Amino acid sequence: MAMYEHDVLVIGGGGAGLRAAVAAHEAGADVAIVSKVHPVRSHTGAAEGGVNAALHEDDPWEDHAYDTMKGSDFLADAPAVDIFAREIREEVIQLEHWGMPFSRDDDGTVSQRPFGGLSFPRTAYAGAETGHHMLHAMYQQVVKRGIDIYEEWYVTRLAVTDHDEVADRQCHGFAAFDIATGEVAGFRARDGVVLATGGAGQVFKHTTNAIANTGDGAAMAYRAGVPLEDMEMIQFHPTTLPSTGVLITEGVRGEGGRLFNSDGERFMFERGYAVEDGELASRDVVSRAELTEVAEGRGVDDDHVYLDMRHLGEERIMDRLENIVHLAQDFEGVDPLEEPMPVKPGAHYTMGGIEINEWGETVIDGLYAAGECGCVSMHGANRLGGNSLAELLVFGARAGRAAAGEDVGTPEIQVGPDPDAEREDPDWPIEPGEISGGPPDVTPNDALVDPVPVINSAVEAETERIDSLLVTEDGVSQAAIRSRVQDAMGEHLNVFREKSGIETALKEIGAAKRELPNLHVTDTSRTFNTELQHALETRNLIDLAEAIAFGALAREESRGAHWRKAHQERKDEEWRKHTMLSWNDGDPEMWYRPNILESEIQEYDPTERSY
Amino acid sequence: MSDSDADRTIRPETSGLNSEDPEEPESDVTESTGETVTLRIFRYDPEVESKQDAGFDTFRIPTHEGMTILDALIEARDEQDPSLTFRHSCRQGVCGSDALFINGSQRLGCKTQVSELKEPIQIEPLPHHPVVKDLVVDMDSFYERMRAVEPYFDPDDPPPDELTERYQSRENREDVKLSTRCIWCGACTSSCTIASNEDVYLGPAAINKGYRFYADEREGEDRAEERLEILQEHDGVWRCQTQFSCTNVCPQDIPLTEHIQQIKRDATKADLRFW
Ligand SMILES: Cc1cc2nc3c(=O)[nH]c(=O)nc-3n(C[C@H](O)[C@H](O)[C@H](O)COP(=O)(O)OP(=O)(O)OC[C@H]3O[C@@H](n4cnc5c(N)ncnc54)[C@H](O)[C@@H]3O)c2cc1C
Ligand code: SF4
Ligand code: FES
Repeated sequence: MAMYEHDVLVIGGGGAGLRAAVAAHEAGADVAIVSKVHPVRSHTGAAEGGVNAALHEDDPWEDHAYDTMKGSDFLADAPAVDIFAREIREEVIQLEHWGMPFSRDDDGTVSQRPFGGLSFPRTAYAGAETGHHMLHAMYQQVVKRGIDIYEEWYVTRLAVTDHDEVADRQCHGFAAFDIATGEVAGFRARDGVVLATGGAGQVFKHTTNAIANTGDGAAMAYRAGVPLEDMEMIQFHPTTLPSTGVLITEGVRGEGGRLFNSDGERFMFERGYAVEDGELASRDVVSRAELTEVAEGRGVDDDHVYLDMRHLGEERIMDRLENIVHLAQDFEGVDPLEEPMPVKPGAHYTMGGIEINEWGETVIDGLYAAGECGCVSMHGANRLGGNSLAELLVFGARAGRAAAGEDVGTPEIQVGPDPDAEREDPDWPIEPGEISGGPPDVTPNDALVDPVPVINSAVEAETERIDSLLVTEDGVSQAAIRSRVQDAMGEHLNVFREKSGIETALKEIGAAKRELPNLHVTDTSRTFNTELQHALETRNLIDLAEAIAFGALAREESRGAHWRKAHQERKDEEWRKHTMLSWNDGDPEMWYRPNILESEIQEYDPTERSY
Repeated sequence: MSDSDADRTIRPETSGLNSEDPEEPESDVTESTGETVTLRIFRYDPEVESKQDAGFDTFRIPTHEGMTILDALIEARDEQDPSLTFRHSCRQGVCGSDALFINGSQRLGCKTQVSELKEPIQIEPLPHHPVVKDLVVDMDSFYERMRAVEPYFDPDDPPPDELTERYQSRENREDVKLSTRCIWCGACTSSCTIASNEDVYLGPAAINKGYRFYADEREGEDRAEERLEILQEHDGVWRCQTQFSCTNVCPQDIPLTEHIQQIKRDATKADLRFW
């Protein structure tokens, strides 16, 4: 059995993973990236609108911090928000120094444009393909430094010791298989493993996320004992093309694009959803406004509304938003220079995720996370557009440095189960957690001092699991199970949520879980077996769907992206806290951690969030 | 339905030469049959006995408005034959995973409408790469060529301080803009007769990558000169015979041939200067 060894292993070659790898390398570590898609195919490349940073002399970073906290509906944690707003400025300039082709003003400086929820035009961009350029600029730095890349390797299980207390556990590496050959191998990280596996948009069918965004890292960390935080907080982007979920950037509205209902009303203003900011109100506000318009009969085809940018003029559109013209033509058959584009909300961003502190540390020693899979939390209940490309730079870099052994002092943000925490023993409509009775995702700790047996036993467990999937005779297809979960989520955990619906969804998820042991993989070949890979991903999607639904059921209030029909107000007294879900070796438990509104620098006052 | 072996033949050598393939879909549209579309999909798996001899399987797929080739492949896989294998991720033409040989030319599956193509639609892996399985090819030779041009920003001078960017004029950004759009899909290089016959030729994507840095004023003149040298070494721009096949297939509409010609012109000028 092959074993690959490095100081730091980064799982994921998207923006977060690449940034972490460069940082770890600069800190002197021998680092490698392991990624199920070639890095340049990562979904960071799909980001369009831009990256936020207070670069202008009239724009103090504290304002960026405040906007971020307000946008989060006061669920973010202040230390993370402050660090973010301060450190992102150098990160964005560094990207420029790495050659990123930002759009420019006449004086040759980096252009910045307005974006929803920001009090200053603070969004730096490169046309409407900011993520593509960012991904490539960082991939170039990885190539330049000769950092090793294991591309098209699928990571299936973390190699973590099985101490009773999660805080005593240690991550030594993981098991992964080479997609091209099916070879399962061990990866040993002498210093640290960084999860940078991206979002979990595939939990929903109508999503802006790539097929690869199945939340593998979050699910693996969860099953190894790391709590998942605020999973109910899923951002729905208000402007996606109805037939595919392809995103139309907020930059369109930033540049002056307008939303209309079927009566030709500019409803954001005329119907009073956001009389100050109109189309540029926060995403959750705009998404709910659109679906309210549709529900009240003013939608187009009972399904969507219109986004119109024709008045901006062809020259401006082609200069700043050219790729939107192509996207609308290629994926919806609409020419936005001639007619308005149909748009509706789509699942877009996973605010919650793997619980980490401001150095990307999880509760498990040697295990770090960064980017969309993590939850530090700086997005709280709602992420501002342009803040996640920014997040993955700041916290990707920090996770990379910490994993390489940099002394991080005493972090302000706590991680790990808190014995004094408020706990909940709710009446779940289904039995949560493990039902198939498979082996736990932590490894028997008979040889704790020596990491190799820990990794070996993870590899053996995965080899067994894969072998058993390849010999099934008949059963359910992974596509059918996945669809079942996606349909339930789309129907009941979308923009509008209510108790009975969430319970129905949980029952569906439970049923999908019970089908898992009957899963049938028809393709018995080890060569590039995507059916096998998708089957493994589907299990991850199910665990995350369940976590999202549990969080949504527990949180009886409306805050940011999360809206409950019977609880339409934000309840600060009761709910200014994070929902935390601990796997507990297959028997999940929900608990809460208060959020932090005070940092060393400032205290945030949770005012009403109006735009 | 997948009528497997009935239709399986030894894989014909896919020439990959657009110039030899008269099929120009726009000019040759037969109305789609309404409800379903017929796909002939290349199959091969070195491990599975029945697929060791490469061939084609036929699938009939229900269509809907706006259906792309990628949608049709996903439908074929998820509803009919889960072992059907292809790469895909973003579904929106940005990740470059699904460059395929569709009715005789290189296209992105996700960016190609089923209704634009003549039936049966023949879908094959990208020519001039070893086939791993079904529609998946080994892209190593493509990545190697990209690496050969030192594909990273590498300026002459250190940057100003941490909070100050380098300046770049709008005009210069405009000059490099199209070249920076490459998504590494490999369609161009696969379509190029010269790149396919000679392993040593960099091919259009790699030259465009070199051009992207060469034309960027921020790198500086010394580096630009070195870039020019790399691009005109024995395996560089001079091999290009200006056939335009790369430019024709590029899903990002990058004027590849133009960029190659620009390098040739500048290289000639530079040579005269040093003579
Ligand atoms: C359409 C769209 C537009 C957006 N626009 C913006 C914007 O304008 N501004 C902004 O700030 N944000 C934007 N976002 C959000 C932002 O792009 C993402 O949050 C961010 O890019 C995520 O980066 P990441 O590195 O965390 O994950 P990703 O880029 O998704 O990378 C995940 C990586 O993990 C790897 N991976 C996953 N699972 C495994 C596994 N099991 N084994 C091995 N490897 C694995 C994958 O191969 C991939 O390389 C947008 C998002 C979308 C979908
Ligand atoms: S130049 Fe165009 S065709 Fe060639 S790899 Fe890049 S995007 Fe693909
Ligand atoms: S699936 Fe990403 S380019 Fe087609």
